[in-house]
Order: sequence, then C-alpha cells, then structure tokens
Amino acid sequence: MKISIRNGHIIDPANDLDQVADLFIEDDKIVSIGTQPDGFSDDETIDASGHWILPGLVDLGARLREPGQEHKGSIASESRAAAASGITHIACLPDTDPVIDSPAEVDFVLQQAEEAGYCQISIIGALTLELEGRTLSEMAALRQAGCIGVGQFNIPCDYSVLRHSMEYAASQGLTVYLQPQDNSLLSNGCAHEGAIATRLGLPPIPEAAETASIGALLALIEQTGARSHLCRLSTARGVNMVRQARAEGLPVTADLSAHQAFLTEMDISDFNSLCHVLPPLRTERDRDGLRQGLFDGTLQVLCSDHQPHELDAKLAPFPSTEPGISGLETLLPLALRLSEEGVLSRSQAIARVTSGPAEVLGIDAGNLTIGTSADLCIFDPGHSWEFDTEAMLSAGTNSPFGGWSFNGQVLRTLLAGDTVYDIKL
Amino acid sequence: MTESVAELLNSMEQQCRQVIDAQGSAEPCIIGIHTGGVWVAEALRERLGLPGPIGTLDISFYRDDFSHIGLHPQVKPSEIPFDIEDRHILLIDDVLHTGRTIRAALNEIFDYGRPACITLAVLIDRGGRELPIAAQITGATLDLNADQEVQVQGPEPLSYRIVTKELPND
Amino acid sequence: MTEQHLQAGPLPSGMQLHDDGRLRHLLTIEGLPRELLVEIMDTAESFVSVQAKTVKKVPLLRGKTIVNLFFEPSTRTRTTFELAAKRLSADVLNINIATSATTKGESLLDTLRNIEAMFCDMFIVRHADSGAAHFIARHVAPHVSVLNAGDGSHAHPTQAMLDMFTIRRHKGDFTRLKVAIVGDVLHSRVARSQIHALNILNTAEVRVIAPRTLLPADVEKLGVHVFNDMDEGLHDVDVVIMLRLQKERMQSALLPSAHEYFQLYGLTNERLKAAREDAIVMHPGPANRGVEIASDVADGSRSVILEQVSNGIAIRMAIMSMVTGAAQ
Repeated sequence: MKISIRNGHIIDPANDLDQVADLFIEDDKIVSIGTQPDGFSDDETIDASGHWILPGLVDLGARLREPGQEHKGSIASESRAAAASGITHIACLPDTDPVIDSPAEVDFVLQQAEEAGYCQISIIGALTLELEGRTLSEMAALRQAGCIGVGQFNIPCDYSVLRHSMEYAASQGLTVYLQPQDNSLLSNGCAHEGAIATRLGLPPIPEAAETASIGALLALIEQTGARSHLCRLSTARGVNMVRQARAEGLPVTADLSAHQAFLTEMDISDFNSLCHVLPPLRTERDRDGLRQGLFDGTLQVLCSDHQPHELDAKLAPFPSTEPGISGLETLLPLALRLSEEGVLSRSQAIARVTSGPAEVLGIDAGNLTIGTSADLCIFDPGHSWEFDTEAMLSAGTNSPFGGWSFNGQVLRTLLAGDTVYDIKL
Repeated sequence: MTESVAELLNSMEQQCRQVIDAQGSAEPCIIGIHTGGVWVAEALRERLGLPGPIGTLDISFYRDDFSHIGLHPQVKPSEIPFDIEDRHILLIDDVLHTGRTIRAALNEIFDYGRPACITLAVLIDRGGRELPIAAQITGATLDLNADQEVQVQGPEPLSYRIVTKELPND
Repeated sequence: MTEQHLQAGPLPSGMQLHDDGRLRHLLTIEGLPRELLVEIMDTAESFVSVQAKTVKKVPLLRGKTIVNLFFEPSTRTRTTFELAAKRLSADVLNINIATSATTKGESLLDTLRNIEAMFCDMFIVRHADSGAAHFIARHVAPHVSVLNAGDGSHAHPTQAMLDMFTIRRHKGDFTRLKVAIVGDVLHSRVARSQIHALNILNTAEVRVIAPRTLLPADVEKLGVHVFNDMDEGLHDVDVVIMLRLQKERMQSALLPSAHEYFQLYGLTNERLKAAREDAIVMHPGPANRGVEIASDVADGSRSVILEQVSNGIAIRMAIMSMVTGAAQ
C-alpha cells in the first residue's frame, strides 16, 4: 500500500519541520517528505491542502481499565477514542485488576491492543508485586515481555523498598515512574487546602502532600541514580523543585495532566464532581507555575491522565465520587489551546504530546522521521467546534470540558500506514 | 373618597352593649384580626371602657390558600395575653367578605382553648360570602360588586374607602 | 439518568432561590440576601407564639409529607425537625440510613428515587459528605424542597439561623456586635454557616478563637479575625459561641489532650470576665462539660443554650413554611 499526502502543513518538532510539503508512505513506513521517491506510484492520494500533518500523539499516562474494570472502559473502547483524537501511542498504567506485575498480564494487554488495532500500547509494569510496596516485581521478565518501564505511581511504598526497587530497575535499564504523593499528608482529602476547600468544608490536601514527597523522591533519585519520571505534578513549588534538580543534573523528568494546565480550585466551587481529580486542582498561582514548567521544559510531557468512569462513579456527593477525568479526547485540543493562549509556541505544544513523551518512554515514536513507522494524524485547524460529552467515544464521559470551544479537528489517523480513524467513516 | 367611621363605630358600640347586657355574665375578651380588625377592636374597647390589652390574631398560619400563594412575608405573631377557657369572646374584624378569614380565626382561637361563646363584630359587611358565616354585630352593610374592594385605613384616624380594582385584561 | 446531571451546575447559593427570590431549598447561608435572613427570623418570631398555645400546632402544612433523610445519626437535630414539621401539621417520615447500607450497593440516588416515589414534598438531609444536600437538591423532582440539616464540614444553615435568631432576641441590632466563635472551626459546619450569617447581617466584628490546628486554611477569607489566644479573643465581645470538641481530635494529633485544651480554650466564668458584662454564651450542643465549657457557665445566667433549642423549633417551622409556600 502506497499513500501520498499532498500539500499538508507538516509540523514535526522532533525534526524541526514546520512547512507545507508532500509526505509519502509505503506500507508501514514514511519513505519521503518533500520529493516523491523514484518510481513511487500511490494507491491513494490524500489532498491535505490547508490541513496539518502531525506525528501521532503519544500519551504517557492513560488508564484503559482492562483487565478488571471493564465497566469503566476497555482497551478496545479507549484505544478507539484515542485514535479518533490523533493519539497513536499510549503508555498504560499497571494498576489494573490483576496488577500488571508479570509477563502474563503484559501479554494479555498487548494481545487485546493488537486485536483492537487502534493504537500502539506501551506498558509500564508494576515496580513491586501487586503494587503492594513490599516485594520487587520480576523486572527483567517484565522488560522481556515488553514493558518499557516500571512504576509505583502514587501507591504507598516505604522508602527502603522504593530505594532498592529503583536501584534494581536502573540495573535493568528501566525508567521508574513515580507520582509524588505523601499519603499521610493526603489523609482523606479531596480538594486543595485553601480558601475554596475551607468554604466548602471539603477535606483538604495540603501542597506539602506533593512537595514533601518530591523532596524525598529527588533524594532517592540522587542516591540511586535511577532514571526516573515524576508523574502528574500539581504545584508550582513542585515544578521549581524538579527544575532545580534537573539543573543539578539529576536524571529526572516530569509531566503534567492537561486539565491541570487549565482548571483551578475555583472549578469545584459548585461541588462539580467532574473536577474531582487527584492530585487536586490547585490555585491560579500553581496553574501559572505549571504552565511555566511546560514552557521551559521542566515538564516535558503533557498527558491525558485518562481515567474513564462509569456514570455512577461521579453521581454522588463530591467527596464520595471517584477522582479522575476522561481525558484522551481533550489532550490535543487542550495542548493546542496552550499555544493559542500564548503559553507555548505551536511547535512546543505539539512536542509536549509527541516527541516529549516518546523520549521519556524511550520509544521511537512521536516524530515523522523518514524510515519510521507511519503514525500520524491529519488535522483541520480551521474547524471550530464545541466539545460535547455525549458525543465522546470513550466509555467514560466524565469530562469537565463539555461546552468548551476548541479550534481544529482530527480528520484522519494513521497507525503504521493503516487508517485507524477517519472522520468521514 | 374616604368615609369616616364614627357613625359605624357608634352603631357597633350600641350593639355590643346589648350583647354584653344580654349575656349578663363577666366582661367579654376582645380579639382583633390583623391588621384592620385590631384597629377596630382597639377603638371599640375604648368606647366600651373595657380593660386592655386586647388579643390579636394573625391568621396567616391558618389560611386555606397557603398552598397557592405561600406565606405572607410580614406575618405577625398572634398574641392572646389572657386565658380564653370558658370566656365570652368578641371577635372583631374590619371587613367581612368571603368568610374564610373568620373560619381561619375560629380555628386558631380553638387552638388556645375552649371559649364559652364567640360573637363576631365587623365594621363593614360587604357581602359575597363563600362560607356559612354571619356577623352578629355590623357597623354597615354594603352591597359591592366583585371588582370593588373596601380599604380600611388606620389606626388614627380610622377611615375606609371603596376602590375599584383594575382587573387583568385576559 | 442523563449525562446532563454530570455537567457543572449553579453554585449552591444560586439554586436555593426561585426566580422571584423566594426560598426554594436551604442548602447554605452563603450568598443569601440579608432581607431573606431577616424574613426567616421575623417569621420565626410568629411561630414562637404558636408554642404558647394549648394546641401547639398550626394547619399550615396539612397534607404535606416531610422526610427526615439522615445518613448520619443525630437524635437532637432530627427531633427538632420532626417536632417543627408536626407542629405545622405535616406528616413526617424518618429514614435513617447507615452509611454502610449505601455502600452495599444502593446508591444515594437510588435511595432518593425510591423515597421520592412516595410523593414527598420536602427532604431534610443530613450526610457526612460536604456537598451532599447540594447534590440531592440537584437531583430531586421540581416540586421537592431540600433542607440541609448538616453536610460534612460544609454547612448547617438552620442551626446558624436559630443562633442568629437567639442573638437577635437578646441583642437586637447586629451592626454593633462583636461575636467570637471558639473551638474546632476546622471540622465545624455550624461555624461556617454562622460566619456567613453574621457577615450577611453586617455584624461589626466576627472572631474565631482556636489553635492553628483547629482552623482551616485561609479562614480569614470567610470574613473573620483570627485569635489564637482566648483572653485576647474574648475581650469586649457581646456574644461567645462555643463549638463542640470531638474526642477524635486528640487521636488525630490535632491537640495534645482535653485537659490542655480546657486550660487554653475552655470557657470558665473567670475567662468570661474578658467579654462584655452583658455578653451571652451559646453552644450548638451537646456540650462537653469540662472540655470546652465549664458546667457553671453552661448552666449560668449568661447561658442561652436552652433557648437555642426552643428557638430551633420556631426557626425550622419558619423555614419549612417558607419553602413549601413558595413551591410553584
């Protein structure tokens, strides 16, 4: 199968490309940009005049809910929603039921993903058995089965076990994924400790629940030298700590959930359970600090933090609802909105959802380099639309962005040269 | 046009004395219905030389149209500063129309106790009764149309006038 | 259940009123107009006289069904609501739902729908979650009113209104008053509602007195002056409101001991000398004698604690009749 995409505006931050050019695909690979290869005769010509050609997005943090929580979503339903949103790679978390802590679960997820065929799925395996924070998982076996990293995320683990598992992961060449959250300071909290939580009487989560943990994790990263990634920062102070650690040469990267770049504690003023997230939405000052971190690269990844829920999970009084946002379908719109609002350049915004996460994950994706897999999306920047939660493809419609206006729409997504989404179909 | 009520009160005073004499027992207690009824009651008490204070009723909590129109925002407390058990009560209102206010007042009085008897005295009976209620003592009887209304002003000077309501066009 | 229920909704303060400004639900004091708080107190004044009658009952809510929906045990509050409803001639249904029952499968909404199907007119809701009354109000049928009888640490508006009513009966004008609220503001829905009410009524100064551990973050933004020292905080105040201290606060390391708390923040006659001579002492009850308040103060001549209880019935009668009468 040979495809030529004509006259598209190619934006590929990894290769510093930002120009109108033709792009040529043969079978599963990009074979040329600009000049048509000799003897290339296409089976399909796509006229992309006025449209953008973007690398397929890489989402560093999504919960696909399978195995074990199929009432919230499945690999098929969520990867289909991802493809429709221009995402071609997903890194999924190990906190499924059963936990992904052995090759059996890895095989299962990879097989489901392949059967669904919408996205390339990468797996971050469990750092400790059952994620219980007591025994190391068989990381070499996980790596051989296909895991690209291991993580404990925000699940409690004492420092001694964490230290040893980080050292062990490092010796296996695996990146460690950790979400800074001190569970004793978190207590039963569900909202940022500040004026809004005080007014609403919601159990508060202090800033120190994140910063105390970042301090400890940075010390452990320094001690172990393990290449580590801090997930889902929520405080400006936390970003500053990571910025300084990186300046000192620590092997640490960090990411931000897309919703954290836009929402603040003000958004829960009406007890809106759709804005119940963990870490919590914090102050405007924090949001500005997070945006600054995205701008200067301290946060090199913007991710969906996708957490689809069934309706009932959000239909309860605020503290009793489950935290999380169904975020796949707003990842690209929110990233581009950051450039519209002047927070990031267009190229930066796209890098944070393509080459940025690919680099952290250590996968060859999120770029349009000639010779690589033809994972890309064709995007119409001129189309303005309103986000409608009822039209969402994810099994979870728990998005607080219903009614937001966005510019630009994914027309078509290609995964290894195959069309996995086409707006016309 | 504002009408004086002096003659009406004279007539009421006279009728009251007859009733009191006929009963021949202890002095009656006077209870006025908010707001105009309280003014009339106070004026009569003075004329009759009875000791105060009088009782006052706000029948808002006993109205039968509560579920249609809700609670009057300026509901006043009812105050019956005496024991009504076995007493003769002179219940006084300004205008007797449908009879519903009197029905509510009677109900409320019985929540304070069981009086020996109740005599109803009104300044003006304007007709239009919807309940089987009649006043024993009446200052004046007027025959008014549905779109007319008696407005009593007071307390000093006490007067009344008849106005024609603007009915909605529909 | 449609997804529209998941969208952002009006603020709790916004959905309490009908378009014409009359009360529809009472979820929080925050954001209510001053005139409405005054109207509640004026109406309650009339209901006080009802309690002096031989038959302590008016037929106002005859034929209406009021459901006490208590997800958190509370005999006292439930009893005053029940008595208030019965004095208005309403039929009252008490439903106590242990939190464990709802976690066993039936969701709060299921419970709600089931009870609603019994043709009820009003829900009195108490729940351990902040925002529970607001959540229920967003999901009830249009003819049903919701009164918040305490949700988490968020609000307890009827308690605050009976406290305002009690203060008004003793002190009249709020604009000259200094009021101190003493104790566990952090966990207190009563304190939050009192602070809103006092500020809406233009109280000259509202103070909170407590150690830092019992004050929520940014509490000043609610419109209060913060005192960590009891004697300073009580100086010259007209009203002292003591809050109940739960025993669990010692276990969760917010306080060293009940003994030290009483030493620092317990209200004694000696301490009360700092306040104005005619200051009144209030407590939403039940008081922990010897923990936050000395017995001789609780039973003393300046204590209005028992009046608060009887005023509670009049206030709840007033609010119940105002929301029912305004039903459209």
